[in-house]
Amino acid sequence: MWEYTDELKDHFFNPRNVGEVENPDGVGEVGSLACGDALKLTFKLDENGRIKDAQFKTFGCASAIATSSVLTELIKGKTLEEAAKVTNKDIADYLGGLPEQKMHCSVMGREALEAAIENYRSGGKKKHELEGRVVCNCFGVTENEIERVIRENNLTTVEEVTNYCKAGGGCGGCQGEIEKIIERIQGEKVKEMPTVAPRSAGKLTNIQKIHLIQQTINEQIRPALRAHGGNIELIDVEGNKVIVAFRGMCAQCMLAEYTMKDVVEARLREFVSEDLFVEEDKESANQPHEHRE
Amino acid sequence: METVYFDNNATTKVAEEVLEEMKPLFCDLYGNPSSMHTFGGQLGHKIRLAREQAANLLGCDPAEIIFTSGGTESDNAAIKGSLASAPDKRKVITTRVEHPAVLAACRDLENHGYSVIELSVDKEGRLNLNELEEKLDDDTALVTIMYANNETGVIFPVDKIAEMVTGRGVAFHTDAVQAVGKIPMNLANSNIDLLSLSGHKLHGPKGVGILYVRKGTRLAPFIVGGHQEAGRRAGTENVPGIVGLGKACDLAAQNLEEENNKVKFLRDKLENAILKECPDSRLNGDKENRLPNTSNISFEYIEGEAILLMLDKFGICASSGSACTSGSLEPSHVLRAMGVPFTSAHGSIRFSLSRYNTEEEVDYTIEKMPPIINKLRQLSPFVAK
Repeated sequence: MWEYTDELKDHFFNPRNVGEVENPDGVGEVGSLACGDALKLTFKLDENGRIKDAQFKTFGCASAIATSSVLTELIKGKTLEEAAKVTNKDIADYLGGLPEQKMHCSVMGREALEAAIENYRSGGKKKHELEGRVVCNCFGVTENEIERVIRENNLTTVEEVTNYCKAGGGCGGCQGEIEKIIERIQGEKVKEMPTVAPRSAGKLTNIQKIHLIQQTINEQIRPALRAHGGNIELIDVEGNKVIVAFRGMCAQCMLAEYTMKDVVEARLREFVSEDLFVEEDKESANQPHEHRE
Repeated sequence: METVYFDNNATTKVAEEVLEEMKPLFCDLYGNPSSMHTFGGQLGHKIRLAREQAANLLGCDPAEIIFTSGGTESDNAAIKGSLASAPDKRKVITTRVEHPAVLAACRDLENHGYSVIELSVDKEGRLNLNELEEKLDDDTALVTIMYANNETGVIFPVDKIAEMVTGRGVAFHTDAVQAVGKIPMNLANSNIDLLSLSGHKLHGPKGVGILYVRKGTRLAPFIVGGHQEAGRRAGTENVPGIVGLGKACDLAAQNLEEENNKVKFLRDKLENAILKECPDSRLNGDKENRLPNTSNISFEYIEGEAILLMLDKFGICASSGSACTSGSLEPSHVLRAMGVPFTSAHGSIRFSLSRYNTEEEVDYTIEKMPPIINKLRQLSPFVAK
């Protein structure tokens, strides 16, 4: 069971400002049913440009509902410039903290606020659109969004990024890229963390190399694919060419090529040898496959 | 109303009669059954009785019962032990909806050179036996398919499956943790080779279970280091647990009819009323071939964890297949395998009853449920005003 604060429970059982403002000045909609949480925020300004009324509707767990409720409380009475400064941390702090795995609820609140302000500034025309390149396809999270949660919350691990914005929590195919984004932003900080020096495999015999490749697939790659209903099989090794086949939901998936380059090859280079490259077994690529709806 | 416990597929209350049997075994009769003195040795008799009580419930020979530490150990022992005794075969067949104790054990085998086939289920959570027939071959070492599903209660035709599988010379294991004590079974008339059960799911204590091993089934021991359980499961016997489980089996055999009458009546009343009173709700799983105590219902446009917390406020205990309850971001693997849309899977609630539930509790829950659903729907952006 989650450990929720009394403040959170209060905002869940007695949510403030539920509903939709009539003739709103700004509307922000983020999330979706498939993602497991979604929030619609509406607000109205008074003659001085301050938020007179703000209301929400939320699909999601207790923390999603409570953070939405807090968001409306936090922004009422503020000008849009002031409201725009509200961060996901402010929302979480107001509730006396959130469980780590639920931080993405507070981020959703901040995103909805931004979307609503953007909508207002475009004269009610603009709907929220994803800005920047999508990094996590499973949950539709962009590079901009990932960069932002890293900066605002001083995140240093992929797991934290997943907790804050869900990115990397599906098939895991983008975890390598998230790691690179963290390194780019946190640069020095990440280097301060104790990192294991890249191991030198030394000279490997063919048997040792194949064994190590299999072991790396078993331990480092398969669990991530498995989490999403996929699988991988080592077909053969020819020199530095590693031939693999994707099974289950990964087979012929849109993301297969991406997964291959990003996860499989990166992991094999990291754990076995820098010289390796990966190819997909052509025969198995033509087999029928199943894919989630 | 203090606590309304509708989460009996998670764990159950220890029956008072079970506790009474166990009590003297901690501070008074604490001996080791393997000892040469009477003080310890007399406990061998109690273990023998427990073995007979369990065999009676399952319809098997007492010598076919191995006591273990629980369902998870039984599953692991059955899977790993039967593969170890068939070293030339490299294929295992299971289903996509197994309990993690089986699914994770099977998936781990892939790291050891096994090919693992996970059979799919249809919208109602049913298997297609033709698919199993197709996948069975000479390389298959083991088929492991649950008796009844823990999330939906859907019962698989394991007797028929056992006949198919063992007819091909392949070992068949079934995880019957949710089925034992809820539906009648007679292993003497079945071809099941290995069957797992857990004490705490049938009003026995936690930390004890059974692996049934049909006579003549080849099984390498999973835990070695002693002669206990005829060398098939080493380690000093958990005497209080085993005695408690024996008593629980005894009570389960006596109450089997009640389970299928009273409990089923209460479950149906609860289920029908909720489906009727809460719009946009639907039942998950095969309505007919189902455990008498389990009901899995999806509520569109709202999320399971929020429903559970609202129920919790009224003292009502249930569980959910929602992603948010587990800390993972994906909803139940069982509901996903059934093709339940993400929207419904996130809003799924499982009620699982026991013979200790009352009609009063059911009526109380029927009264509380619609306003909860209504309140959360009012919050939901996917419901029109």
